[in-house]
Amino acid sequence: MASHGIRDRVAIVGMGCTPFREHWDKSLDDLLIDAAGLALDSAGVTKDDLDAYWFGTSQSAASGISLATPLRLSGKPVTRVENYCATGSEALRQACYGVASGAYDSAMAIGAEKVKDGGYQGLNAFPIPTDGTNRTLTAAAMFSLILPAYAERYGVDEDELRRVVARIAEKNHYNGARNPLAQFRRETSADAICEMPAVAGRLSVFDCAGVADGAAAAIVVRAEDALRYTEAPLYVKALSLVAGDSSGLVDPDYDFTTLPECAAAATDAYAQAGITDPRAELALAEVHDCFTPTELVLMEDLGFSEPGTAWRDVLDGTFDLDGDLPVNTDGGLKSFGHPVGASGLRMHYEAWIQLRDRAPEERRANLRGRTKALIHNLGGYPGEMLSFVGIVGSELD
Amino acid sequence: MTETRGILAYGAHVPYRRLDRAAISGVMGSGGGRGWRSVASFDQDTTTMGVEAARQALGSGDSSSLSPDSLWFSTVVPAYVDKTNATTVHAALRLDAAVPALDLGGAVRSAVGSLRAALASSGRTLVVASDLRVGLPTSADEAAGGDAAAAVLTGSSADGPLLADYLGGASTTAEFLDRWRTPGDATSHTWEERFGEQAYGPLLDRAWSAALADTGLDAADIGTAIVTGLHGRAVKRLGGRLGVAVADDLADTVGNSGAAHPALLLADTLDSADAGRVVALVVLADGVEVLMFRTTDALASGRPSRSVATQVEDRADVAYPTYLAWRGLLEVQPPNRPAPSRPSASASLRRSDWKHGFVGSRDATTGTTHLPPSRVGIGGGAVDDMEPAPMADNEGTIVTFTVDRLAYSPSPPIVFAVVDFDGGGRMPVELTDVDPTEVAVGDRVAMTFRRLHTADGIHNYFWKARPVRG
Repeated sequence: MASHGIRDRVAIVGMGCTPFREHWDKSLDDLLIDAAGLALDSAGVTKDDLDAYWFGTSQSAASGISLATPLRLSGKPVTRVENYCATGSEALRQACYGVASGAYDSAMAIGAEKVKDGGYQGLNAFPIPTDGTNRTLTAAAMFSLILPAYAERYGVDEDELRRVVARIAEKNHYNGARNPLAQFRRETSADAICEMPAVAGRLSVFDCAGVADGAAAAIVVRAEDALRYTEAPLYVKALSLVAGDSSGLVDPDYDFTTLPECAAAATDAYAQAGITDPRAELALAEVHDCFTPTELVLMEDLGFSEPGTAWRDVLDGTFDLDGDLPVNTDGGLKSFGHPVGASGLRMHYEAWIQLRDRAPEERRANLRGRTKALIHNLGGYPGEMLSFVGIVGSELD
Repeated sequence: MTETRGILAYGAHVPYRRLDRAAISGVMGSGGGRGWRSVASFDQDTTTMGVEAARQALGSGDSSSLSPDSLWFSTVVPAYVDKTNATTVHAALRLDAAVPALDLGGAVRSAVGSLRAALASSGRTLVVASDLRVGLPTSADEAAGGDAAAAVLTGSSADGPLLADYLGGASTTAEFLDRWRTPGDATSHTWEERFGEQAYGPLLDRAWSAALADTGLDAADIGTAIVTGLHGRAVKRLGGRLGVAVADDLADTVGNSGAAHPALLLADTLDSADAGRVVALVVLADGVEVLMFRTTDALASGRPSRSVATQVEDRADVAYPTYLAWRGLLEVQPPNRPAPSRPSASASLRRSDWKHGFVGSRDATTGTTHLPPSRVGIGGGAVDDMEPAPMADNEGTIVTFTVDRLAYSPSPPIVFAVVDFDGGGRMPVELTDVDPTEVAVGDRVAMTFRRLHTADGIHNYFWKARPVRG
């Protein structure tokens, strides 16, 4: 089995991201037009200059027509992609491969979700006809299974672990409070989060990502053409995707303390990018903090902490804005909410900002001379998951 | 020589929940009374309770001698009309398609009538009776009723050892308005109590005499009389004049479970009766049915795993307002989540073994059990290298669990556990009959057939896990 990657063959030369909000006044089309316009302006191109489009949305629309119509794209190949909550990253992955293959010189990856027209809190999947025996648990409840399992396996007191994950939320809200694109811009203390009533297992509402509408887009071109568009491109070092076979729901050996699909995608991505010591080599990481326990175990599955030690690193501030390896410097899903199709590209947008020194001073990560960022974006649940891990860098290797 | 007919097996289901009758007057200011009544959980209906009783009757073994060649299901409250409910029971029991499954419903009398008909018939007939008794708040029916199911496998001595021989009996029938309910209504009406009592008197006298004549028995031969019927006053007054010891009617612990009650009381009596005891089952329902049995030596070793008394003890109270909400008598705000959609008829048929029978698959090469069944195994990968793995009777252990206060449920919160089954196999499954504050990793669970929800008039049946207590 080969996973060769396309290291340094494709570059991101423009990006755009709308504010993530309850956009009562904006439709899906509005969000797409806004994000596409920001990305096109950023790269200094027009929609007609681009050769192909990949549009990620999970539940808001179907088919490439849903992008071609609002943008009025004429005669272009436009594909809608969907891969659960990793849909936005999947759109980017397809666009990069389209360019790397030589089929196109340039492409747009765009992701959007209009969640707030549904009339309910939370994400609600379109019902596919089934035999009615499928699980009806919320994602929050599925991810809440991590905490007792982790406490048991590593001998951490459950109350202490509950504080640890609240500390993750505190960190992400600290960062989000300094990001004008984020939906929730108020700092929240770990103490306050621990006091909140549980909604799923021991998780409170503040252990869960919020819900928002939003869109983000990236323009990708052949790496050799990158400097024609911008003096500061980001080069794509790795794009990895692993879709699990759901064996965690069947296999008694799975213990809910790790997300194996994420670990496998990380291993593949590091090989593609030539990274051997991620904690030392990465400038920052944007990871899928859909729920606070998710970010905890991701620190181990992505190789930032040894198994069973991430909780200490969290308390030590390793992943804080000024820590050794800042994680979710933009505020993460915690601060942004999670418009499913857009989130993966929103994560890349933060790498686009930070690695190119465009972040505002108050939330600028200390890059320590490092030039690469990791983007992790997952879909599904513990035991039944798919994971994207991408790496981008501001320099050619 | 004619073969003796009688009871090959029996079983009962008393739901886990109880309503303290004092709680009714505590909320309403009137109604209620002393003792408790049984309450079907929000995820139970007459069909699912019937399944549980039938599973008790058929036991956990696969003994073909105990498999029925007919299934008759009786209830006053069918989950469906137009469509047969016995077919759901049939599917949950994994009976062969050649076993006919019929509903004989509509009235309390149908249940005991189907038992008589099965005993008078040939072959092995599983007679299942189930009832869910609802009365308007503060009514006598609300307090006196109970929810339960019972099942009796009838057959002949040639089929296997009879636990009780059927000795014969008699029946009287009369048309009079003692109680009635229009189809679609949840509750019944009754005429003045004294009228029913006098109407039943001669009907009982005649049936009783005829039953004694039919069986050649003398009242003194009868060890236990089970006297039941929804007319409480008539049952009490008239039963007393038979001159026979009358069995406990479970009024203080279960309530009167209507169509299910004759078989439930029969099961309760058989749970403790010694061999050679003559038991008279006397049912007052639009006439009187009298059935005479004599227990055998086989009874001691042929009882179901969970006696009625055990199930009466395994209980937890439900708050009265919650009870009202479960029965639809009090509408409460549902979670702000979309209600589940209806299950697909075609998908449900394709996966009936799984959905109704809880049959997974076992990889013939790796031995790994897959829940739900899978054509391609984990850790192996061969296609269609699977054999059926019936798991409904396997207990399991909770590996981890969570309480979901956000998900849609007819009665939130959802308690959900990852369960590892004895003999292999893992599944994340919803728990029921459970207190969210009392679940622990390592708890033992057993599977139970439930109704998850109803959408577009389609009842979505599947299995949940319930704690094994005691």
